[in-house]
Amino acid sequence: MIPASSYLLVALILFCVGLYGALTKRHAIIVLLSIELMFNAVNINLVAFAKYGLFANMTGQIFSLFSITVAAAEAAVGLAILISLYRNRSTVHVDEMDLMKR
Amino acid sequence: MSGQYIAFFILSLLTISGAIFMISFNRVIHMVVALAFTFLSIAGLFILLEAEFVGLTQIMVYSGGVSVLMLFGIMLTQHSKVERSEQKPALRIFTFAGILAFFVAVFYGIQKTPWSQEAVDYSTQNNVKEIGVQLYNNYVIPFELVSVLLLVALIGGIIMAKKEADDE
Repeated sequence: MIPASSYLLVALILFCVGLYGALTKRHAIIVLLSIELMFNAVNINLVAFAKYGLFANMTGQIFSLFSITVAAAEAAVGLAILISLYRNRSTVHVDEMDLMKR
Repeated sequence: MSGQYIAFFILSLLTISGAIFMISFNRVIHMVVALAFTFLSIAGLFILLEAEFVGLTQIMVYSGGVSVLMLFGIMLTQHSKVERSEQKPALRIFTFAGILAFFVAVFYGIQKTPWSQEAVDYSTQNNVKEIGVQLYNNYVIPFELVSVLLLVALIGGIIMAKKEADDE
């Protein structure tokens, strides 16, 4: 049996890579994708605990389904905001989106 | 039993290498393709954890939906071939140090915690049927709320992407 900690380790590495990408990349779509990567890491943890947890049952899988749905909605709304912003400011770089900072 | 280990090793290697490639590539399209590989391998990990329905949903929503949506987003906006894709070096080093500290702390926590050694065996029951029974018995209200959320996201996405076109 694969120990639970190996799944948690994979999820941790994915989360750290996603966090690094979300904080350092300039392209807004890559930032959105990095956020999706972090969502996926959390989903791996939920499904792993549905199998290996202290009170393991199906709730983890169902919660990860809800989380996937919310992530898809978030991606759609984020992309709509991005396209609207591109039309107004003609930039997709997050360090040039500083209208509220000036 | 050893086949499970081999599958886990290959899938986790593909997952992590896809993520690392996503970080290190220069062109945006390549990044999205690398991340699509990561999403597919994560679906494989879900199936390895005996969550077949979640794995198939992952393939449909992420590999089929989100990746293509992001490709559309890149095509509809500006995508210069060669560009400075990262923030300033000082910010990058600071972020890397912070994330490294976070990684070490959580890794220490994972290694020190005594996880339960026995796993639930889901292979005897029908995964899709079980999820359906749970969803319609215990989680009806969250299920309906999620449908409302999807409708709101749909309408909001259309309105936000369309509004400025009318003014011009």
